[in-house]
Amino acid sequence: MQYAVLCYNEESVTEAWSRDENDRVMRDLAAVEKKYAEAGRLGPVARLMPTTAATTVRKSAGESFVIDGPFAETKEQFLGFFIVEADTLEGAIAFAKELAVANPGTGAYEIRPLRLFKPGGGPK
Amino acid sequence: MSELAWIDLALTAARPQAMGALLRYFRDLDLAEEAFQEACLRALKTWPAKGPPRDPAAWLILVGRNSGIDRVRRRARERPLPPEEVLSDLGDAEDDLAERLDGAHYRDDILRLLFVCCHPDLPATQQIALALRIVSGLSVKQIARAFLVSEAAMEQRITRAKAKVAAAGIPFETPDAAARAERLSVVAAMVYLVFNEGYSAGTAAAADAPFATEAIRLSRLLLKLFPAEPEIMGLTALTLIQHSRLAARFDADGQIVLLDDQDRTLWDRALIDEALVLIDKAMRHRAPGPFQVQAAIAALHARAATPGETDWAGIERLYRTLERLQPSPVVTLNRAVAVWRLEGAEAALALVEPLGERLSGYFHFHGLRGGLLKELGRREEARAAFDRAIALARTPAEAAHIRQHLDGLQRERAEAD
Repeated sequence: MQYAVLCYNEESVTEAWSRDENDRVMRDLAAVEKKYAEAGRLGPVARLMPTTAATTVRKSAGESFVIDGPFAETKEQFLGFFIVEADTLEGAIAFAKELAVANPGTGAYEIRPLRLFKPGGGPK
Repeated sequence: MSELAWIDLALTAARPQAMGALLRYFRDLDLAEEAFQEACLRALKTWPAKGPPRDPAAWLILVGRNSGIDRVRRRARERPLPPEEVLSDLGDAEDDLAERLDGAHYRDDILRLLFVCCHPDLPATQQIALALRIVSGLSVKQIARAFLVSEAAMEQRITRAKAKVAAAGIPFETPDAAARAERLSVVAAMVYLVFNEGYSAGTAAAADAPFATEAIRLSRLLLKLFPAEPEIMGLTALTLIQHSRLAARFDADGQIVLLDDQDRTLWDRALIDEALVLIDKAMRHRAPGPFQVQAAIAALHARAATPGETDWAGIERLYRTLERLQPSPVVTLNRAVAVWRLEGAEAALALVEPLGERLSGYFHFHGLRGGLLKELGRREEARAAFDRAIALARTPAEAAHIRQHLDGLQRERAEAD
């Protein structure tokens, strides 16, 4: 089974990271990614720009309209995701827990099994 | 990341919202600050064992509010006449606490917190110091170091600024749309001052200049509160692009490296990309303003992979727009740099000379004028201009940069002789 592991945290926290803290978190996460990638179990990984960079296209009966900002105003923001292959839910939970050890503190990982996965050809 | 580190981050992140709410409850900056400090101490004690609360800001507001009320009551007992209206106010606050914590107020809370730091009677440096102390939570020591004054002097400055704010009265009515827009533009200008203070006094060591990163944090916060304001998009984009060059702006000896000589691979692409997105978003609103135009100018520099690819014509056009939106001799001076590249030193000098009266105390005026005169072979006048510039330099790096020009003139003269 493939799972999306969705990262939620308060942006105000991740934006308060110093450059060193940011680099350290990215390095520690990369170590976990490497392990799963070498086992052939890691799909695409993405980190999103802050929600202030987001634009939302709202569907409507007539022409869709465009709104500045993210779709939902939430306490914690959707900041990125990992796609991982795991035999069971326990495996996906174990992956998320490893991420949490690499990047402790506030926030959460939401595990969502994939229903459809199109890896796509690009962009690289 | 250690336990202490993430708690510290969570407290820093929650600070503007929590301080904003506590200021609304207590209507007093000192009391709000003490209450917040108290809440932070409790957080340090309880969070390690229990983990972070789901909503750190709400937690800090509740705990801070309770400790603040205790403090007010204790003070009331120590005084012969209890401030009855303060206490009854707090009673009311309790009743609709749930409603107040749901975030409906928090936008105006944070805006108010920033706005009180911008009191027009406060000189710019005090506005900056106050905002960094109250909103960002930088220590007095950090702020003092950046302003090159003693901690005691900075402490005194901040205390005086707070007293002035308190005496002026803090605006507690919920602003209407026009008042909100007015507050937002005043606050945006202050955030830009914070950024500039860091930028011009900046050194390669970001730790010595946390102002720039704090200003970026504040402008992103404003954008989160006002996601559809193109000028706030512009402000954020501008600070991001300027900051993206930090690693390239100084060499190993701390000397200034000019834009043309910077190693562009050291520019932080992630910050530039984010800024370009924000400029794209702002453009859709078709409501240009000074911050957007300045961001667009910075973006034209950022988009050029080499100095030779810089779109100077575009930059000159944008400075013309800026002159119209926000006429200022400094803007014209900047346009002159673009004119120098497009039409040469003669044309640029013609634009620069009439500014002398208003910019006689401005380092960059004399620096640019010296550079133009030097290129035109008017060495003695160039030397005089560079001498003026050195006298006006605000940092050793600025002075050292001008000294290089003077040394260059010296060499030219020696070769000529």
